Amino acid sequence: MRIEDHPILGKVERGRKITLKVDGEPVMAFEGETIAAALIASGQRVFRYTEKRVEPRGVFCALGRCTDCVMTVDGQPNVRTCVTPARDGMIIQMQGTPDQRETALDAGEGEG
Amino acid sequence: MGKTEIAVVGGGAAGMTAAIESARAGAQVTIIDENEQPGGQLFKQIHKFFGSGVHRAGTRGVQIGRDLLREAEEAGVQTRLNTVVYGIFPDKRLGLICGDHTEELASEIIILATGANENALSFPGWTLPGVMGAGATQTLININRVLPGRRILMVGAGNVGLIVSYQLLQAGADVIAVIEGLSYIGGYGVHASKIRRAGVPILTGFTVLRAEGKESVERAVIAQVDEKWQPISGSEEVLEVETICLAVGLSPLSELAWMAGCRFSFLPALGGWVPAHDENMQCNLPGIYVAGDLAGIEEASTAMEEGRLAGLAAAESLGYLPPEEGRKRKEELRNRLAALRIGSFGEGRATAKKKLMRAMCEK
Amino acid sequence: MNQTRKKEGVRTTGIPSKEELEASPGYPSYEALTRGPIVVIECVQDIPCNPCESICPKGAIRVGNPITRLPVFYPEECDGCGNCIPICPGQAIFRVDINHAEDKATVSFPYEYLPLPKKNDIVQGVNRTGEAVCEAEVLRVQKPRKFAQTTVITVAVPKELAMEVRSIKRLKRME
Repeated sequence: MRIEDHPILGKVERGRKITLKVDGEPVMAFEGETIAAALIASGQRVFRYTEKRVEPRGVFCALGRCTDCVMTVDGQPNVRTCVTPARDGMIIQMQGTPDQRETALDAGEGEG
Repeated sequence: MGKTEIAVVGGGAAGMTAAIESARAGAQVTIIDENEQPGGQLFKQIHKFFGSGVHRAGTRGVQIGRDLLREAEEAGVQTRLNTVVYGIFPDKRLGLICGDHTEELASEIIILATGANENALSFPGWTLPGVMGAGATQTLININRVLPGRRILMVGAGNVGLIVSYQLLQAGADVIAVIEGLSYIGGYGVHASKIRRAGVPILTGFTVLRAEGKESVERAVIAQVDEKWQPISGSEEVLEVETICLAVGLSPLSELAWMAGCRFSFLPALGGWVPAHDENMQCNLPGIYVAGDLAGIEEASTAMEEGRLAGLAAAESLGYLPPEEGRKRKEELRNRLAALRIGSFGEGRATAKKKLMRAMCEK
Repeated sequence: MNQTRKKEGVRTTGIPSKEELEASPGYPSYEALTRGPIVVIECVQDIPCNPCESICPKGAIRVGNPITRLPVFYPEECDGCGNCIPICPGQAIFRVDINHAEDKATVSFPYEYLPLPKKNDIVQGVNRTGEAVCEAEVLRVQKPRKFAQTTVITVAVPKELAMEVRSIKRLKRME
């Protein structure tokens, strides 16, 4: 949910509207804001799943230290979405999703 | 390899004032900050500051941040942004990471103003999306202008917990409760009064037992604690919240100071392990200064005065200030700092700072 | 050191108790209130802070040195201008006009939420615990530039609640 007007900060000034592709779905964002901000605004809370126990993770520190919010961005894994500006057309994927795990096992990666 | 006279690591409240003071005195100064723009925590502080006129009382942190940015530019401070200092080498060379490459920066003086990190509180369910630091929440609502949830539980009634609760109300969220493990409210009464008159309950002697939810926080279970901080069975309450903010203290971000070989002291009143410094903010290594939350968790106002003191002392050591003027101005800054470390909220920090400075003379 | 009785006050509840308020040199007597609109300073902790002293054009508020001293209020010097209301970083200053009407007093308070009420709106007056205690008619909504985004709202409330009402229930935001 976006905060459009604020008693102290006033009306928000945003950059131009852009579109991100998040796990295949289009998500609206504004140029200049962080990927995490755009995802939170769109209602997304789960950003990835952990490797071992497949547990959901989201934003925790919001300033690039804890790495809870990392996602694969334009093919690059482990990008800290809370400090990375969103760009038009960015392709963003969750890491560690159950179906990714199955694919990896099928391909002979992982434990064996 | 790049070169600067004074390298200021961290462009927050302390870093900016340090850079401004030393640049105005005539030194060549570079601020290195890992963020896109300097300001540190200042731009999140949308409330009016306390103190006196010289401390800019009655002015909002955001405004002070804007003023400092302008002053730094006018003073000719150089900046290296989106740049991480990963190491300090023995001859005061800094190792930098910018983008996809590393480089080195030679300096004569280093002022470390790296700030602090939020503490975490672990409990079952704390890894669920929706549990986050109170500072993280503040970044999301005041910088990113997004709400991380509508119904919030705030854990911790120190100044950060109380202030961020107020700011969440301003952003349009509902703070269902503020809980505090101690039997009293640690933050300023006036911050608590503001949210009480907005209908937010403040429950002292409570802790969070667990967060529940399938994919993210849906509920928080809280319980009363006894004097030994043990949950009292039968006192559990379930709160329907989506976000649990942890405001359980800050710790200095001191990796670079450790790495450089600074002497440390353990002082709980200042946030734990703190690099020792003298009355000029210089640590036991000549030419390395510390300022702001790194030198002890306090406030923005003390961070700015410590930054000025460090910057002034650094410029003076390079010969940019006549000794008499340097002495007078440093004395004035020490007085301004002392004025912020009095009263029931300040005297604990004043005592701890004295211990920290005594630690310089030990061994 | 053992505390045998926990005092209920600002440190435990976040709200200054009646005793804490009456002991504060910023809190005027009822008698002083009857002489005209004056401010009420509900500052009870020794925080280093003095912008109220700096802003008062009449010298009716004195803090002095050290700046942790509680502001001392001189009601006879106060003309009720209210400049101190928006500047207090603790939002602890209010103005009361106990003689506004036969059965009504006015309370002016700092307010930093959206949406703002409008003049003549009927809203809910809340006390220090946030509990709605009466209807309040909005008489004035002041948001000049010099108040730096702090609005000062003046409401009319039943006279007997003049020292209870300290804000209004926040209005619903249109999303």
